[in-house]
Amino acid sequence: MPLEEALLPISHVGDIIAARQKGRDLATQIGFSGSDPTIIATAISELARNIIVYAKRGEISLSIVERDGRRGVLVVARDQGPGIPDIERAMRDGFSTGNSLGLGLPGAKRLVDEFEIVSAVGEGTTVTLRKWKR
Amino acid sequence: MSIPILKQGCVLIACVQAAATDQDLIQLKDELTDKVGQLRSRGVVIDVSTLDVMDSFATRTLRGIAQATKLRGAEVVIVGIQPDIAFAMVQLGLSLDGIATALDLEEGLELVSARMSEDVDNAT
Repeated sequence: MPLEEALLPISHVGDIIAARQKGRDLATQIGFSGSDPTIIATAISELARNIIVYAKRGEISLSIVERDGRRGVLVVARDQGPGIPDIERAMRDGFSTGNSLGLGLPGAKRLVDEFEIVSAVGEGTTVTLRKWKR
Repeated sequence: MSIPILKQGCVLIACVQAAATDQDLIQLKDELTDKVGQLRSRGVVIDVSTLDVMDSFATRTLRGIAQATKLRGAEVVIVGIQPDIAFAMVQLGLSLDGIATALDLEEGLELVSARMSEDVDNAT
């Protein structure tokens, strides 16, 4: 049975691996080729790690989407963590409050076609990514 | 699941598996810096050819391992970065500047021994 949708809880480091592997499988299944499955897996890895580091727990949903006859992968990373006070700053290369390279969010954005981030302090963060087949 | 470290002469070889977690990588860093001292190793080759994703965390940790091991007196080479991984790293904005890399384990071992004998030459 084809995998069309998956909801993955993210609460420990092993979940990062499981999420990115599922993302790679899904991408390969709908015909992404070359380096694209790895690129999608890498973006998922960055988002999953952000959940663990900043919010402790959350979830990632993966699904296949279609627009104008093109298929793609939709990734939604959601948490009820502390939220991001300054999204503009968080999207800047090299900015980090979590002792990292500060490339997670801006890097993930560069890896995909569409990137949206919604965050409210004290309520949580939702990051939505879409990557379309070429 | 810890990352196995093999000893071949005065070189240590670590093979990072596909499903290596953040903790495995941090553990590798501690074990390698210890082992370089214990076994008086002069070279370290880290094989990442089966690693599925090289994200910012993995890159930062590998960079840290390479720098710490170098400070302990051993040459470090990272080998086996696959083409798709290399491409994703470039797009993410990640690099391993200043750290030796080689195509595969064989080339990595060659590079490490060449560098080790260079050090000996320079010392004499």
